[in-house]
Amino acid sequence: MTTLFFIEHANGQVSDQSLKAISATSQIDGDVHGLIVGSDIDSVVAEASKIEGLSKLMHVDDDSFNNILAENLTQLILNISGDYEYFLAAATTTGKNVMPRLAAKLDVSQISEIIAIEGPDTFIRTIYAGNAIATVQTSDPKKVLTVRPTAFKSAVMGSSGCEITKINAENMPSISEFIGEELTKSDRPELTSAKTIISGGRGMQNGENFELLDKVAEKLGAAVGASRAAVDAGFVPNDYQVGQTGKVVAPELYIAVGISGAIQHLAGMKDSKVIVAINKDEEAPIFDVADYGLVADLFQVLPELEQAL
Amino acid sequence: MKILVPVKRVIDPYVNIRVKSDETGVETENVKMSMNPFCEIAVEEAIRLKEAGKAEEIIAVSIGNQSCQETIRTALAMGADRGIHVLTEEKIEPISIAKILSKICEQESPGLVISGKQAIDGDNNQTGQMLAALTDMPQGTFASKIEIDSDKVKVTREIDGGLQTVSLNMPAIITTDLRLNEPRYASLPNIMKAKKKPIDQKSPEDYGIDVTPRVNVLKVIEPPKREAGIKVENISELVEKLKNEAGVI
Repeated sequence: MTTLFFIEHANGQVSDQSLKAISATSQIDGDVHGLIVGSDIDSVVAEASKIEGLSKLMHVDDDSFNNILAENLTQLILNISGDYEYFLAAATTTGKNVMPRLAAKLDVSQISEIIAIEGPDTFIRTIYAGNAIATVQTSDPKKVLTVRPTAFKSAVMGSSGCEITKINAENMPSISEFIGEELTKSDRPELTSAKTIISGGRGMQNGENFELLDKVAEKLGAAVGASRAAVDAGFVPNDYQVGQTGKVVAPELYIAVGISGAIQHLAGMKDSKVIVAINKDEEAPIFDVADYGLVADLFQVLPELEQAL
Repeated sequence: MKILVPVKRVIDPYVNIRVKSDETGVETENVKMSMNPFCEIAVEEAIRLKEAGKAEEIIAVSIGNQSCQETIRTALAMGADRGIHVLTEEKIEPISIAKILSKICEQESPGLVISGKQAIDGDNNQTGQMLAALTDMPQGTFASKIEIDSDKVKVTREIDGGLQTVSLNMPAIITTDLRLNEPRYASLPNIMKAKKKPIDQKSPEDYGIDVTPRVNVLKVIEPPKREAGIKVENISELVEKLKNEAGVI
């Protein structure tokens, strides 16, 4: 049996999420082949080829893949699917967009956001926003999986690269078109790869007050996140959202400010190594999961925290 | 143009989940049920498109046991025109749901299917993409904005790191993200009116779909509990603990 792993990249680097998720393949017997797409990415391809455990890397050197369309990437993987038993990708917005489409084309179920591999056909994943953990076994001949990156350690890079082959994009459907992208500009690390995260909730009261978090984040080299309540209230864009319907994170240090700790938020951050909660309501459920809790008015203590760092 | 909106009945998002002690699943007996929040957003978006004159008819579909009729009635009370209920007692998986929906698409020829991006019970996030694959339609997942322009639909998608806009040939499948809209509450007169709107009852066999599960749930357990730590008095104590005790700053 052979595994195909779809490797993502951005800004001239292999994505951290792919590097973590690809570690899951070490628990599946057989060879692992990588697939990477995009033009003018030779240095990324060279880097990706060094991922330990990878025996072959296929590169689609085609500028129509610089922005990924689910319809085209699915067709591309289908073209080469005959040789593979396992298809894996990180559970990013790209992985989640493409892998179910691929599974349906292969007439198999897809298993989403696995957090562990129990056996060749048995996987563990969370359901109900992380309130329950299910062990599931598939009877499908081909397994299409997305992997929750925070559940795995980053893959080790070897000293030499594996074989790289170029493949062509054939039989592409022309039913969708990329129009544009608007990426949130930030000097801060990405939420999903940051070692420290400071997040704000409804207690921040408005979007301007997130500046208080930005200042602390600057001192800590942290990413800034938010609860769904803060996103729903329009304080910050959705890509700030930490939680089951947003991003699932597991940094070394997570500071929750003005966040009550709804189940849906906890599901996205409770695997953090150290959790700090700052909230003026001492009954807030966030304190039940926090290693260090501070019952205080955030508007008073955030500037103090910035000063103290 | 018709818009098809699949809706799912799930445990209400504000109910605390209890895992059954025999590890076979999550307790659903005597638990408050609601329409999946992402499906509500899908119904709302379909209604707004109809109100804007872009669509003529909204069909709400639900697949599951008898009580799914209530979920369809909720969609009808919000403003959908008619319902299709595919009755089954089987625990039905996304691939089977997508297959049934693809047959309904063949019969109804909707210009758009708008579904929730995921249901908050299984957290699969698959059905829309699978339906798109089976019908060979393009897909606009995790939508935060939808604009119809003659035979194309422009979808702004919530992606990691920001927003992406794609243009899809219609018919197309769209799945909703949180910021697309804020769903309305059904008014009492509309709830009364919804009782008279038609719901077709069907079965998976009517569509020739075998819904036997392919994925067997071996066990369901509670996640490990995280212990509460300590309270600190002030910022200087917090910073001291983070530096010297936890060693994370």
